Amino acid sequence: MKEIVVISGKGGTGKTTIVASLAALAKSKVMVDCDVDAADLNLLLHPITQEEQEFWSGQKAVIDQEKCTQCGLCQDVCRFNAISEFQVDPISCEGCGFCYRICPDEAVVMEENLAGRWFVSETRYGPLVHARLGIAQENSGKLVATVRKQAKAIAEEQGLDLILSDGPPGIGCPVISSISGVNLAVVVTEPTLSGIHDLERVVSVCNHFNVPAMVCVNKYDLNEDNTRRIEDYCSTQSIDVAVQIPYDNVITEAMVHGLPVVEYVENGISKQIELLWEDISRRLVNK
Amino acid sequence: MIISIASGKGGTGKTLVATSLALALAKTRPVQLLDCDVEEPDAHILLRPSFSHRQAVSIPVPKLDEGKCSYCGKCAEVCAYNAIAVFPEHVLIFPELCHGCGACSYLCPEEALTEEDREMGILEIGQSNGVGFVHGRLNVGEAMPSPVIREVKKHINQNGLVIVDVAPGTFCPVVESVKDSDFCLLVTEPTPFGLNDLALAVDMVRKLDIPCGVVINRDGAGDNKVEEYCRERNVPILLRIPLDIEIARLYSQGITLVEGKPQWREAFVGLYSDIEQRLSARTKMGG
Repeated sequence: MKEIVVISGKGGTGKTTIVASLAALAKSKVMVDCDVDAADLNLLLHPITQEEQEFWSGQKAVIDQEKCTQCGLCQDVCRFNAISEFQVDPISCEGCGFCYRICPDEAVVMEENLAGRWFVSETRYGPLVHARLGIAQENSGKLVATVRKQAKAIAEEQGLDLILSDGPPGIGCPVISSISGVNLAVVVTEPTLSGIHDLERVVSVCNHFNVPAMVCVNKYDLNEDNTRRIEDYCSTQSIDVAVQIPYDNVITEAMVHGLPVVEYVENGISKQIELLWEDISRRLVNK
Repeated sequence: MIISIASGKGGTGKTLVATSLALALAKTRPVQLLDCDVEEPDAHILLRPSFSHRQAVSIPVPKLDEGKCSYCGKCAEVCAYNAIAVFPEHVLIFPELCHGCGACSYLCPEEALTEEDREMGILEIGQSNGVGFVHGRLNVGEAMPSPVIREVKKHINQNGLVIVDVAPGTFCPVVESVKDSDFCLLVTEPTPFGLNDLALAVDMVRKLDIPCGVVINRDGAGDNKVEEYCRERNVPILLRIPLDIEIARLYSQGITLVEGKPQWREAFVGLYSDIEQRLSARTKMGG
């Protein structure tokens, strides 16, 4: 079994568009949406939910006003500025429990935190594991690990060959959790100066965690000088540049119709994505 | 006044809006731009500030004096993040899991734990065309952006207009960036992904009780469901930036909209007056 994740550093470069098309092209796979903070893959794959689970993670402090003598010690020790006027702001509370440990009146209670939900669904492309992190939650990495573990269990149970994962933007906690131990990270970038800057940072993260990467330039014809800069950068890093995808508003049209672009049009861009999938498949065999 | 620029979905044009708003208003008042997308900070690429100050951003993590330690295990018991493991004659500290709450060193009965700084990122301060600029950069391999964001926000100068550029999503670091704002601009695009993630972002700002308005970027690219949503949910659309390959090309070269197309300056000045009027109307209604 192999696992690939599509990441980007910069948001909005086309990760989900590409993953949905790969879902339509690849055989024998389970999909997992690791962008648990703004999951969009479901909008193209139209899942029917089979199973829904609560994701409990971390704790939040609550002050029992009956017991509180307003000594202020909790406010003094809290380094997250989460306590003011003897009330805990659940958004700022990081659940460290320092206040709970030192309160002389035992007025602080630590409550379990419902951080989100995750789902196992069926789609016409195969099973999909996806999730929804609650607003202002910080345990995104753990939720990513949860959905990945579930996808792996499904792949093992059903004898599937591939876990195809849609990753989050950025380089922090959920990204690290999405890429750890995968066979290949496909980094989708765009030929803008921001795209290049963010590509370099996310490639550094892949190197830091020893994750093999390959790069796909989306909208490559938006700025061909920058596309060449990306190719030059990748060659200095010994990273393969996969088939490139041109700028085409048909990607947006396909999204509006709720379809992976390879199922919406047959020509041009869909051919490029098919070639991209062949490219990725070849790389996977060699990993 | 603090205006944060958020989006839910990545790549919708937050930084494009933040930088042009800052430049358009800097002629008439003090303006500061804080880039709080510390995982992938890009505003400096468009503003090209000259930096005058640079500092490390650290959090305090425990350091053990083995000579004093009695291996009682109190530190491991109180750590909510499993950053300390205590064995009969050995203690393991995992600094990358530590949130820096300070509970372990405070509660150690032998005073065997002190704290040392662990660098998580850097902060830089500079100037660009009359705009005061501050950004943070999370170090590659680090999972937690919030301490870097908090450090950036300490440099807010309330004497003028403060514009806060935010990471995509609605999770912890986004809320850390957006909270304390007077107004939140949500930049979206007229597509199913744009709409889905806009709805999440609106839920976030409403939970934080921050008034918001929408900027539709790439207007005309997809469908009109974002407009329908805004009408139904009573969210004002304050600016539309059309789908225009020229605008995308300028951005790809790191040129701000108001520099590349100066006729847009007026639109951003108007956007700001619109926000000011809405806030003063809200204050009157509230008081």
